[in-house]
Amino acid sequence: MKDFSNRYIFIFSVVMVAIVAALLSSAAMLLQPLQERNRVIEKKKNILASVRVEATKENAAELYEKVIESSMVLDKNGETVDNIDPFNIDLRAEQRKPLDQQNLPLFVAKPNDTLKVVIIPVEGRGLWGPIFGYISLEADMNTVYGVNFDHVSETPGLGAEINTSWFGEYFKGKKIFDGNRFVSIKVIKGGARDDDPHGVDAISGGTITSTGLEEMLYDCLVKYEKYFNKNRL
Amino acid sequence: MSKQEKEPLLSAKNIKLLREPLGSSNPITVQVLGICSALAVTVKLKPAIVMALSVVVVLAVSNVVISLLRKSVPQRIRIIVQLVVIATMVILVDEFLRAFAFDISKQLSVFVGLIITNCIIMGRLEAFALANKPWESFLDGLGNAAGYGWILIVVAFFREFLGSGTIMDYPVMEKLGLPTIGYENNGMMILPPMALITVGIIIWVQRSKNRDLIENN
Repeated sequence: MKDFSNRYIFIFSVVMVAIVAALLSSAAMLLQPLQERNRVIEKKKNILASVRVEATKENAAELYEKVIESSMVLDKNGETVDNIDPFNIDLRAEQRKPLDQQNLPLFVAKPNDTLKVVIIPVEGRGLWGPIFGYISLEADMNTVYGVNFDHVSETPGLGAEINTSWFGEYFKGKKIFDGNRFVSIKVIKGGARDDDPHGVDAISGGTITSTGLEEMLYDCLVKYEKYFNKNRL
Repeated sequence: MSKQEKEPLLSAKNIKLLREPLGSSNPITVQVLGICSALAVTVKLKPAIVMALSVVVVLAVSNVVISLLRKSVPQRIRIIVQLVVIATMVILVDEFLRAFAFDISKQLSVFVGLIITNCIIMGRLEAFALANKPWESFLDGLGNAAGYGWILIVVAFFREFLGSGTIMDYPVMEKLGLPTIGYENNGMMILPPMALITVGIIIWVQRSKNRDLIENN
């Protein structure tokens, strides 16, 4: 390999950078619609999973139309806010705003003919990164109908287990109110008592993720307290 | 050029390029390169397989590109050029996974990006592609990536099987009825140190079979 002049090296680098930039930006632009579609499908699948409706990549959009009856954005007083699309709200960005400016998305679903539930998106911090998900409540705004959690980078086999169905199973039928007092759901290390209406088992080895999940549920649900009280059946 | 006798595409020499990295010059067990990702993505089989395939694509294509450029790359900036080629390939692979294999790309998350830092790739570009023709470089890339990949898959197989009791997410242990008679998954297999120990066992087995690999101090 012979050595080249500085001028050659300079031109070589400029040309290389230009070619690479063109290649990468065109790939990103061409693939973006597909990636965006995947994100939307994924989100619909997650929302549906929280009302115990299993969707595949193919039927997610169709089932979503069928099951999700309406969606709305609320403020902290439980009043609806107009002209914002709840599906595209970035929850993490909302959480950085002061509470009275936050937009709180809510979905109303009919998983079967007799049942009406509300779905609330939640987002918080695990051990290594964000954790997020959806929790659905029955019409009494108290009983948990289903949950769906996911994470970005929790430890596989430990904290990452929050996205498994057996962990979600614990939440079904739990209550978020104790009488009139909002208590959310506690994640209990060593296992919750069978008759505990507000507690679920923590994941062994996943203590920090479990605690993060408990905080996430409390912080996100407490903002809807006024809405729950107003709309309880 | 035309008078030179044309070498067959898969001559004995070329096959050696493909075969050696699978065994006696394996990047993980013999050169001990690329260990970091061997620890990170081998908890489950599926991500390990996708990671192996991604590395095959990145390494084979980068090797060919660098080999084509080998006469025009200035010596003084060759490392940067190699990095740019690798990074470009990795970003392309990542974008494609996100568009066409979203679930898997979600599982691999940051590790696809970390292919850039996989020492095997830069090692092959620097040691082989800069001095050899494109076809040979292509085979060398395939061979080395496959050598890396099969170790990854073997490690992932044992870690998933013993750690989670599943193979490709199929609950083998449960179907065998072992948990009912008191069998429990070994949670330690899920943690990174056990990947290192599994790789260590593979190295042990390999060296006890091929004594030439044992270093003499």
